[in-house]
Amino acid sequence: MSDLMKVSSNPHIRSKAGTSGIMLCVVLALLPAAAFGVYNFGVNALLLILVTVASCAFFECLFCMICRKKITLTDGSALVTGLLLALNLPVGAPWWIGLIGGAFAIIVVKMLFGGLGQNFMNPALGARCFLMISFTSIMTNFECDAYSGATPLATLKAGGLVNVRDMVIGHTAGTIGETSMVAIVLGACLLILLGIIDLRIPGSYIVSFVVFLILFGGHGLDFNFIAAHLAGGGLMLGAFFMATDYVTRPITIKGQYLFGILLGLLTGIFRIYGGSAEGVSYAIILGNLLTPLIEKITLPKGFGKGGERL
Amino acid sequence: MNKIVERLHNGIIKENPTLVLMLGMCPTLAVTTSAINGLGMGLTTAVVLTLSNGIISLLRKIIPNRVRIPAFIVVIASFVTIVELLLEGFIPSLYNALGLYIPLIVVNCIILGRAEAYAYQNPVLPSLFDGLGMGLGFTVALTIIGLIREILGAGQAFGFHIMPDSYIPVSIFVLAPGAFFVLAILTAIQNKVKIEGEKRGKDMSRIGSGCSEDCMNCKESGCSSRKFYDNEAVEEKAEEKKKSKAESKKKEETEDVNEDKDEEKEVDADE
Repeated sequence: MSDLMKVSSNPHIRSKAGTSGIMLCVVLALLPAAAFGVYNFGVNALLLILVTVASCAFFECLFCMICRKKITLTDGSALVTGLLLALNLPVGAPWWIGLIGGAFAIIVVKMLFGGLGQNFMNPALGARCFLMISFTSIMTNFECDAYSGATPLATLKAGGLVNVRDMVIGHTAGTIGETSMVAIVLGACLLILLGIIDLRIPGSYIVSFVVFLILFGGHGLDFNFIAAHLAGGGLMLGAFFMATDYVTRPITIKGQYLFGILLGLLTGIFRIYGGSAEGVSYAIILGNLLTPLIEKITLPKGFGKGGERL
Repeated sequence: MNKIVERLHNGIIKENPTLVLMLGMCPTLAVTTSAINGLGMGLTTAVVLTLSNGIISLLRKIIPNRVRIPAFIVVIASFVTIVELLLEGFIPSLYNALGLYIPLIVVNCIILGRAEAYAYQNPVLPSLFDGLGMGLGFTVALTIIGLIREILGAGQAFGFHIMPDSYIPVSIFVLAPGAFFVLAILTAIQNKVKIEGEKRGKDMSRIGSGCSEDCMNCKESGCSSRKFYDNEAVEEKAEEKKKSKAESKKKEETEDVNEDKDEEKEVDADE
């Protein structure tokens, strides 16, 4: 009898999945991009990644200890933040950029607002924008041993020609993790197969961005131009790994499509009409800020609450 | 004398307009890009605040209650104009640095707030020192914010290089977001000190000299002598209501007891 009938309150189906498991998968999915970055830019990239991740972990522990809270390092979110932030840094950045960025991401953007789940903005992107505004010359200097000169997007913006095949594989200048479209998509496929992210946000983001480019890019249906914009800059990294951040994306399905479209439009506007060649990070943090409003207008109605009364 | 010291202490520390009352945020965030600008803005406001508090306190028995806000604005605007012209004439560098924010002192809510909350109800001398205390509190807060932003964002303090040459300035601190960061951290420290003090049993928020002076921070929301709006009108209304209620009650009673007999009495009560 007792085996056949169990009385308990819901939820009845439980999963073992937890935050740390998901974060571990995200780290795994980011590894191809990171590995390609190290292969592409040399051992300095590895050192920068290690410093940034260590900084995030250290400041998370420090904050929890100062505030006498349970140390939340084991949920792995600091690891993801550190890795994402490092992949967004140029390889020529000095080590203290990673340190300051990690401190800002963890303490100011995440912990001061209440820790994981309460942050209103993606910590890694918040820190990247903080660093971009504070240390513009360091953060936009992509010269290193392997490459000299501008990123492909900057070349494109100035009217030059770019090699799309190199951009897809990743043999270009740029931040550590953004150059290789192949490596990023590989990681993203892993996340999609594991069911950790879905294609709603990345799909609507990329599609709306392409539509914007066709309409306002000034090149019409030029395949090369569109492919270069898709493969260049942080679009792929942003669309698959940062816009899909559980905490800062809308939770409603309609809202996620709306969020993706908004990001696509903003990125297009920043890239085509903006002063700098890249605009993914600003687009995503602006979208993060609008997330509560998007959720508000797309909140589904309960059964029986909507429609006209007969 | 005690009252004067108390007013200064209140303005600078207990009820610091920027860090405790959170008033005058616009100049606080906008002009504190350097310590000198913060100091200049603070002192300019302090001068206007002291003088306008004094004059409004002098005129408090002449200004009718209904038009007191326009009257305050006229007094404040006159002083701001005087200070503005003096600054333009004698310290043009500061005048240029502060720019639009000098005329905007007119609508700084610290000044109007102190006129309304203190000077309009208190004698001249305490009002003068209330203005001075508040103004100095504002100056201290603005200078500290400006100093922190200047050191971090430009490696300078009061225009002198103090950081080593290898220091790369974090330029976000002299931009708008830096003001929010610094203000938030200072306010957090202030709250921390206050809460710790209260835990140790110190009375941090209450003010020593009577209740009518600190309505802004007063935790008793049901206090009858709260002085935020037109008190007289409110009191009049309340009294009228009371009267009419009492009358109707009386009426009912009399009607119940003796329905037709004592009509004269009822008329009396009505009157």
